Amino acid sequence: MTTRWFGAPVQRVEDDRLLRGHGRFTDDIDEGALECCFVRSPYAHARIASIDVTAAREMPGVVAVYTAGDLPFGEVDLPLLIPHPNLTHGRTQKCLASQIVRYAGEAVAFVVAHSRAEAEDAAEMVEVEYDPLPVVITPEAGERAEHLVHDDVPGNVAAEMEQEVGDVTAALSVAPHRMKFRLRYERGAASPMEGRAVWARWDQRERRLTVYDSTQSPTSIRGGLAVLFGLPESDVEVIAPDVGGGFGPKIMLFYPDELLVPFAAMQLGKPVKWTEDRQEHFTAVNQERGQVHEVEFGFDDEGRVLAIDDDFIHDAGAYTPYGIILPIITAAQLPGPYRVPAYRVRFRDVYTNATPTSPYRGAGRPHACFVMERVLDKISEVTGIDRVEVRERNLIQPDEFPYNVGVAWQDGNTVVYDSGDYPRLLDRALEMLGPRPEGDNIGRGVAVYVEGTGVGPYEGAHVQVLVSGKVVAATGIPNQGQAHSTVWAQIVADQLGVDVKDVEITSGDTRRFPWGVGTFASRGAVTAGNAMHVAASMVATKAKQVAADQLEADPQDLELVDGRVRVKGSPDRGIPLGAVAVLSNPVRYAFGGGTEAATQFTAKARPGAPLAVGEQPGLEATGYYSPEGSTWASGCHAAYVRVDPKTFRLEILRYVVVHDCGRVINPLVLQGQIEGGVAQGIGGAFYERLAYDADGQLRNASFMEFLIPYATEIPPIEIDHFETPSPLNPLGVKGAGEAGVIPVGAVLASAIEEALHVPITEMPQSPLKLYEALSHS
Amino acid sequence: MKVNGVDHPAPTDVRRLLSDHLRHDLGLTGTHVGCEHGVCGCCTVLLDDAPVRSCLILAVQAEGHDVTTIEGLARDGEALHPVQQAFHECHGLQCGFCTPGFVMSVVGLLAQHPKPTDEQIEEGIAGNLCRCTGYASIRRAVHRAVELNKK
Repeated sequence: MTTRWFGAPVQRVEDDRLLRGHGRFTDDIDEGALECCFVRSPYAHARIASIDVTAAREMPGVVAVYTAGDLPFGEVDLPLLIPHPNLTHGRTQKCLASQIVRYAGEAVAFVVAHSRAEAEDAAEMVEVEYDPLPVVITPEAGERAEHLVHDDVPGNVAAEMEQEVGDVTAALSVAPHRMKFRLRYERGAASPMEGRAVWARWDQRERRLTVYDSTQSPTSIRGGLAVLFGLPESDVEVIAPDVGGGFGPKIMLFYPDELLVPFAAMQLGKPVKWTEDRQEHFTAVNQERGQVHEVEFGFDDEGRVLAIDDDFIHDAGAYTPYGIILPIITAAQLPGPYRVPAYRVRFRDVYTNATPTSPYRGAGRPHACFVMERVLDKISEVTGIDRVEVRERNLIQPDEFPYNVGVAWQDGNTVVYDSGDYPRLLDRALEMLGPRPEGDNIGRGVAVYVEGTGVGPYEGAHVQVLVSGKVVAATGIPNQGQAHSTVWAQIVADQLGVDVKDVEITSGDTRRFPWGVGTFASRGAVTAGNAMHVAASMVATKAKQVAADQLEADPQDLELVDGRVRVKGSPDRGIPLGAVAVLSNPVRYAFGGGTEAATQFTAKARPGAPLAVGEQPGLEATGYYSPEGSTWASGCHAAYVRVDPKTFRLEILRYVVVHDCGRVINPLVLQGQIEGGVAQGIGGAFYERLAYDADGQLRNASFMEFLIPYATEIPPIEIDHFETPSPLNPLGVKGAGEAGVIPVGAVLASAIEEALHVPITEMPQSPLKLYEALSHS
Repeated sequence: MKVNGVDHPAPTDVRRLLSDHLRHDLGLTGTHVGCEHGVCGCCTVLLDDAPVRSCLILAVQAEGHDVTTIEGLARDGEALHPVQQAFHECHGLQCGFCTPGFVMSVVGLLAQHPKPTDEQIEEGIAGNLCRCTGYASIRRAVHRAVELNKK
């Protein structure tokens, strides 16, 4: 069939209500809800001597004050989401700490009042006595283990893992050149514009719990709440309404509020709402990116990589609720699009007294890319071969797919690249970048990267044609701005031959679709997109079968075009899709909407029972897509930057992106994903730094001091796309959500190094760091 | 205080921020609160035609003034305001959380500079944070809004 919508720059159908101020974010939901405030630890590491809530409970407007002892699940460790055999010392926090706090911002008590102001006033009256303990704050300090974050975790090591492909020791020993350096990436924060929020209502008569949560995984939240409260899953409904940006931290669950708000609603018999404020977001919401790499590498006179031996520490933070996915991704993605004949990677995931870590857009990849590209720049420096030439000589070639990297991937499989053309990406990027601009203190940065996307286990979709001819479709994964209502509609519209505007999408609402995993890891287009395709194809097949009886034609001779099922070659012989929906459901009672056509005396007689064995009523289907392995997107970023030698202000003179994520569903949406990703990358590479002091206090927990770029810091970005389809899924798509972020740190490091002739070995950079580096050199 | 052309009684709570008053007392939840310390611009509304951060003003300070929120730009059933339309056409929004603030800033900008220079556009949108778009599509939307205003 011809695809009309897939690939077209369809303007978003969700825009209208968002632009009119009619979006529905969690804090917009009220219904007389009680409001809450946390008491959080001001210490990064302390023993709790006592908690006294007596005065707080007597404050005006207070309805309840909870500490761990007040909770039936107060002594239960929160779930460890992704266990792994190498995670020998996984630890998760309790909902509310009662003995020890291990990061500043850890929740200690929870106040519910009639208003937020009253809750905040009462929280001030909760008296907690702390005995401070020694603080372990950097990954290096975590590894030195002079103090322990958890008494029962020797060396602060949560997990250790080593993998080797080829014989690294042998390859290094014969390599013409052998070098070693140390590279560092600091923590960053996703900082979605909407913080986190949870609203819950318990209907005592129906015994039904309804939760609105600004989460990236409502299905998992629902599963967890059903287990915790001993309810059938069907009596728990979780909705991620409009979510104001996710970027990773909202895939983390359970944050304490995700249990406490529903619990309080059930206890108190009233809706309860908690909305995070920006300051607490900085310490209470997971962060990422802290790693220290010791990388040794061998190469020949032609600049070819012969071996890489990387040993890195990953800063877990105080707990490991998300397992060791981040260092696994870093280890897997480090070689990127380059051939590394011998590769050994070892990591230790170490505890520190800082906010726990879990994926933030890029998730382990920006640091991996930074290390590999720094290695290539060093090879260029030593051999005198141009940086671009070094990359060209090491890239995997288009005839080498599928390419087995041989290391473990986050889904338990081995990393195997499915398709791509990496040299073409690099060529095109340099062509777009053009000649070096005139002037001093200008540097060029180039980085090529791959991105494992579309990770399983699965997603599903339900598609139904209504008797009106309109189509409704739903999937479990929620939307945080990725245009799900538009792109899923494009996929469904193509299969059913309807206009995109006639397809209404629901995402992230367990009432409409209770199965699935979540929106993360650039996986939505691959998993939910293909599930939509599968379900819509099933509906199309059924429509043809039902219509075939009416049209006295073979189903194979029918097509779905312009909202009708019609005979190929005889466009006048057809019936509207809505009428097919009517006929798909044999009824006794005509209840309107044209359903008289499906009653027993009017419907066309067919032999046997009105519904054949195995046949289901309704023009609807539920389909699933479960990938065997990840799809691997790729890209190349290149830039010219100028760094002012006095103020160290960064001026990005030109920034180009060439990107390949397989078949493109909607170029307008894809462009937005890339542009936004690059901007976030620029922020993370030069402006945003989480400034923890030696006591584990985050000293810049506000937008006044944690500098998210405004428009003034982000240059225009030129983008081109190639489409190397993935052979692994029906739509040939790969993910794109994180691509924009991944190589930005590597590109800017390379460019700044060239501009100022100062070695760049850590990220993020800043004017102060550059000033200091130049003063010392 | 007049909000979107309609008179409303004076706020009773003197500590109430204008942003909270709009959202929680008047139910105008299109005005969003992203930082509550005047940096992100999500809460931008027009106070007598000038963009202001409603999280830095007490509701009682808006007494006697005209406040316009995102809901006041185009009534239900009416076509989008040119600035809203331009954001739609240029994919100037993703999650939509910062969007009302941006739209109000741009409405204020174009009221002051109907044919803004690139520098004026940069300055006009440089008080609002967006974490999704990278601003490129928002710049395009401002240019498009200028075109739509001409028509």
